[in-house]
Amino acid sequence: MIMNTADQDKNPVLALQGIKKHFGGVKALDGVTLNLYAGQVVALVGENGAGKSTAVKIMTGIFRPDAGTILINGEAVSLHSTQDAWKNGVTAVHQETVMFDDLSVAENIFMGHLENRRGGLLDWAGMNRRAAQILLELESDIRADMLLNNLSVAQKHMVEIARALSHDSKVVIMDEPTAALSQQEIQELYKIIRRLQAAGKAILYISHKFDEIFAIADRYTVFRDGCFVGEGRIADVNEDELVRLMVGRSVRQLFPKPTVTIGGPVLEVQGLGNDREFEDISFTLHKGEVLGFYGLVGAGRTELMEALFGLKPVTHGAILRNGTPMAHGSPRAVIDQGIVYVPEDRQHSGVILPMSIRNNLTLPSIRALATGIFLNNAKEKALSQQFRERLSIKCANLDQKVSDLSGGNQQKVVIGKWLATRPDIIVLDEPTKGIDVGSKSAVHAFIGDLVKQGLSVIMVSSELPEVMGMADRIIVMHQGRIARSFDRATFSAEAIVAAATGLFARSSQEGAHAQTSSAA
Amino acid sequence: MSSLPRLFPASDATKGTEKMRIMAVFKRWEFILVLILAAICVFNSFASPYFLDLHNLFDSTQSFSEKAILVLSMALIIIIGDIDLSVASIIALCGTAVGWLATQGMTTPQLVVASVIVGTLAGMVNGGIIVRFQVPAIVVTIGTMSLFRGISYIILGDQAFSSFPDDFSDLGQGYLGGMIPYEFIVYLVLAVVFAVFLHRTTYGRSIFAMGNNPQAAMYSGIKVDTIRFWLFTVNGMMAGLAAVLFTSRIGATRPNMALGWELEVVATVVLGGVAITGGSGTMPGVILSVFVFGMLTFGLGLVNVPGIIMTIITGCMLIGAIATPIIVRKLSRP
Repeated sequence: MIMNTADQDKNPVLALQGIKKHFGGVKALDGVTLNLYAGQVVALVGENGAGKSTAVKIMTGIFRPDAGTILINGEAVSLHSTQDAWKNGVTAVHQETVMFDDLSVAENIFMGHLENRRGGLLDWAGMNRRAAQILLELESDIRADMLLNNLSVAQKHMVEIARALSHDSKVVIMDEPTAALSQQEIQELYKIIRRLQAAGKAILYISHKFDEIFAIADRYTVFRDGCFVGEGRIADVNEDELVRLMVGRSVRQLFPKPTVTIGGPVLEVQGLGNDREFEDISFTLHKGEVLGFYGLVGAGRTELMEALFGLKPVTHGAILRNGTPMAHGSPRAVIDQGIVYVPEDRQHSGVILPMSIRNNLTLPSIRALATGIFLNNAKEKALSQQFRERLSIKCANLDQKVSDLSGGNQQKVVIGKWLATRPDIIVLDEPTKGIDVGSKSAVHAFIGDLVKQGLSVIMVSSELPEVMGMADRIIVMHQGRIARSFDRATFSAEAIVAAATGLFARSSQEGAHAQTSSAA
Repeated sequence: MSSLPRLFPASDATKGTEKMRIMAVFKRWEFILVLILAAICVFNSFASPYFLDLHNLFDSTQSFSEKAILVLSMALIIIIGDIDLSVASIIALCGTAVGWLATQGMTTPQLVVASVIVGTLAGMVNGGIIVRFQVPAIVVTIGTMSLFRGISYIILGDQAFSSFPDDFSDLGQGYLGGMIPYEFIVYLVLAVVFAVFLHRTTYGRSIFAMGNNPQAAMYSGIKVDTIRFWLFTVNGMMAGLAAVLFTSRIGATRPNMALGWELEVVATVVLGGVAITGGSGTMPGVILSVFVFGMLTFGLGLVNVPGIIMTIITGCMLIGAIATPIIVRKLSRP
């Protein structure tokens, strides 16, 4: 199957052959193949629901396949638990870090395989020493006795990688490792991956971001709807071909931003600050405008939006709605002013997973739909049906739980529940985070529709192509302050990234290097 | 309603065919409770010829009506994912207040109002601390559990108040038409009010939303803290009402009155199908659960089972009730 000579003489360290997995009546995996080779980075790509996570869970012993074999160094193995996977040298670094905040770095690294001294007592000295050694190999300045709580997201990721290495693993699986990382931290991660590669580890790299795949991977494997559709060397494909394999059709990653006449100001923020997370924020949002907020993770964008939405107190500054000071003491007050906020964390803040699609869609407008304090079922049905159609939410019926839906459809429910309140201003925080290419362009098209109907949109995004493609203006935040703002005519990837990192002097060099592929 | 507890995985019940909808009814926890209740009644009627006597049946409701009132508001608190362990102590506090005020010459209506006010204030203390300082409800109410009963002990010591207005005992001991206890009527009216409140109002929907995901509920514009505060206040109010009924029925106030009720009340709520982690449950389930416990206790009393054995039996039932759905789910998984 593998045609090039470089790989022919190698046997895969880990291979999945004809793996099938069903959940109830749903085929999650239908005979997939996956080969991982020592010293190579394989990118696993596919839309949401393609079966990537299920495959990872099978390789790490969380799920058992219904059919098919898992080969490790050519021998069939069965993995019943994570411990089994560890023993066979397979470890995973998860998308969202699964760790213990109140324990030390060393405890986190050795959790699940703590080492004993003779006599059954834990060998803390030994574990601390080994942890320190692993961290040293990773050229990290994290100390083994630090409390995880005190580390940044990127540092926590480093600890997860250290944990993977503590198992003496042959195969390291990274499931969207860059989701929470800044550009600079991503570069650090690449260095670590190169080092692991040099040490002969086989690496499986799962990502939605093509610039990362082309930057780091040697090979690719594509899944679509639970099936294997192809594999090969990254050098032999381009972005378009890969997208075609993923979606079965050619999708151009364009941003359908329509031209809309921009009206007068609808929201003015003047000198807003809370003495901690953001300071001295002033901007004006106009009718029909898409205002982008770009910045690194931790720049204070989400905190600013939460304050705007009444979720956080503000210590100084003013918010004017249509020219008059606006109450922003609670989300309810802000919603009543026609401003809604689609939060970044869909599952924790956006939807209520165990409740039905209908109840989720009508939740913020429940009081408007009610007769006095009594629920009005007919009105609720009508409204939820209307938004199901308008957003083409794919579901069997509206009584289904939101947890049964895919990520993209869950996001539609979140957007739908807010549109149902008939807002004038919609704040979208990372609206396409973790959703697949197809759903992404649907969300982009939808933002275009909204501004055409006269709504104003604030879009917080860490994806530069997205924010550059969709926004009329971009405000760049750095360490809680507005670093610069750009009009559409003056958009430049280099300048925006430079403003976001706070490196004005080195902007042309660094920015250009980091952003060439994504700005294209 | 999506938020009803189901014995089997939800995917079975959400498919649309009529046959499956009928099947879903049989898989509902309330249906299981009806079966359990029927079994207990059959057992009781064999165990004692006196069980099926209508007067006896209505009389038996007196022994659980006060707890049943507490169960209604406690169910709401557990559905939002909190708990109130101070209810029984609020009863002691209110009972003490009622006893003392009676010695000061208050009339029966005044005593009822006073008890409800004291209970409401106690509930406000709970809700106020929980919301203002964002302390977990279990911590706050363990504290006030000792505090409220402690006040009662300070006032009463090993004494008791036992002089009340002449018509005071009618509340807890009187019957409508010579048959239906007033207490039971109060409970039935409140049960309907709470059921409508939980299942038919925007507040009820907000309560389910809060229990399933307080953060998303807050982001959706639900005033999470306001609702929490008022639910604890209402729970105190119900305790105040239960206290005056209980005092009237017993005819005396002691600081150890209603000792341990909080756990019986929580147990009844959980047997009624309310998830102890919050987010799901129904009023019909909770009401049925009250009758299951009530009839079980009554039946065991008819056959002269000692109190300690009753405790063991109710304990086993509770474990069974919580474990059965989980075991069935585990077994039905392929």
